[in-house]
Amino acid sequence: MIEIKDIAKTFGDREVLSGISGTFQPGETSLIIGGSGTGKSVLLKCMIGLIKPERGEVLYDGRNFLTVNLEEQKSIRREMGVLFQGSALFDSKTVLENVRFPLDMLTEQSEDEKDKQAREVLKRVELEKAADLMPSEISGGMKKRVGIARAIVLNPKYLFCDEPNSGLDPLTSITIDKLIKEITNEYQITTVVITHDMNSMMEIGEQIMFLYEGHKLWEGNSDTLVKSDVKELNEFIFASKLIRDMKQK
Amino acid sequence: MSRIGSYFIFLGTLFHNREKARVYFSLILNECVSIGVGSIFIVALVNTFIGAVTCVQTAYNLTNPFVPKNIIALIVRDSTILELAPTLTCIVLAGKVGSNIAGELGTMRITEQIDALEVMGINSGSYLVLPKVIASVLMFPLLVIMAAFLSILGGYIAGTLAGVISPEEYVSGLRLDYKPFGIVFALIKTVSFAFLVSTISAYQGFMVKGGALEVGSASTSAVTNSCIAIVVADFVLTQVLLT
Ligand SMILES: Nc1ncnc2c1ncn2[C@@H]1O[C@H](COP(=O)(O)OP(=O)(O)OP(=O)(O)O)[C@@H](O)[C@H]1O
Ligand SMILES: [Mg+2]
Repeated sequence: MIEIKDIAKTFGDREVLSGISGTFQPGETSLIIGGSGTGKSVLLKCMIGLIKPERGEVLYDGRNFLTVNLEEQKSIRREMGVLFQGSALFDSKTVLENVRFPLDMLTEQSEDEKDKQAREVLKRVELEKAADLMPSEISGGMKKRVGIARAIVLNPKYLFCDEPNSGLDPLTSITIDKLIKEITNEYQITTVVITHDMNSMMEIGEQIMFLYEGHKLWEGNSDTLVKSDVKELNEFIFASKLIRDMKQK
Repeated sequence: MSRIGSYFIFLGTLFHNREKARVYFSLILNECVSIGVGSIFIVALVNTFIGAVTCVQTAYNLTNPFVPKNIIALIVRDSTILELAPTLTCIVLAGKVGSNIAGELGTMRITEQIDALEVMGINSGSYLVLPKVIASVLMFPLLVIMAAFLSILGGYIAGTLAGVISPEEYVSGLRLDYKPFGIVFALIKTVSFAFLVSTISAYQGFMVKGGALEVGSASTSAVTNSCIAIVVADFVLTQVLLT
């Protein structure tokens, strides 16, 4: 379980996050939604320790990530996997080496074990054939899947995905959503996903948090999403809902 | 001024909370190959010609018949070892290696690869930058030694071909009044320059914010700042060590 309490962050004199709180449960895919520039990525980066918030707490199963010592922080980091918005694969390494990298750096397993484990995870994302390609030789959707493989190779307890399906065709993005949901349920991972995608919200949103200009305006799930009476939220989902209505006609 | 401060803070982060030593071994080896072997050609070319030009030009200026010809070789030797080989080579390397380091790290920064290392709990500074610094400090001196040798050889070839000095005079000039400290001085300079070029370029790349445009300008400032640092350090070291 991840709890965030009263997270606030300002850049210059601009308050990007003003006191966000929330809870994310294991085995559930929690979504953070909101318009462009509302602070979703900043919130995620505060949670994973890439940005230091001015105030607030981030608790990983009760451990305060922002105040624990370096050793403890490292051990929490070992339990989390992150898929970045642009996949962030190391472009000097092959697909397999990318997936193996966390094992190489953070475990003491033998070469064979590491290889076997990395190949298994690649198989999980249906990319065993691409193992020896370089990141520059694979498509955007494949990169995302390699990114997921790298994020889950250490069997994380916490998984973070920043827009896992931006820039992908609808079919690929459904595959990726399904994959995220499956592994979340299978390994009881606490998963936090940032998304713009209406489809994802309806399909995998077990818990949804709506950010608007640095405030949490609404919280619920995919059933209550369309019934809410929050004006900003309705405006936000309206565009994509329009498309859905058109499809129904 | 605050940039210089943050440069020193950056230097500090390279050395604490490092990874296991065996992780670095192959990284350093790779960097040695790309920095060292990859720069042999350009360094050799530049220095051979510089030596040749120095020899012919010195001969052209020394018209006094009372000055023995072998002084030409002595001037080539001393200017090569004391100044041209270390300083010019490092300026060439600032252009080649420095822009490469800044470009690579800058790209890793904007594509979130550095963030990816950080969230794994890896000190990205020491993991990415330290191997480059160590490889530079190891390889620059080797390149400078080669450069000095080729520069003096270039002077010999040009001088004898142009007929301004005979082979015997050149060799006797090289041996005239030789002070071994010159080599030590050159190597001290080179090691300092190597450290400056690699850390300044890494710093520039590491601090990139934005996109491809900023990576480009980081490469440019890596080269200009490295060159400024080299000439300033050159002056300071010469003052301290040679007077
Ligand atoms: N390092 C930074 N320095 C200064 N301002 C920043 C920084 N990072 C983000 N911001 C600002 O914070 C605001 C929120 O950015 P954020 O990246 O969280 O948006 P987002 O909700 O993820 O948007 P998108 O959906 O487009 O990715 C933006 O207006 C951005 O300009
Ligand atoms: Mg974002």
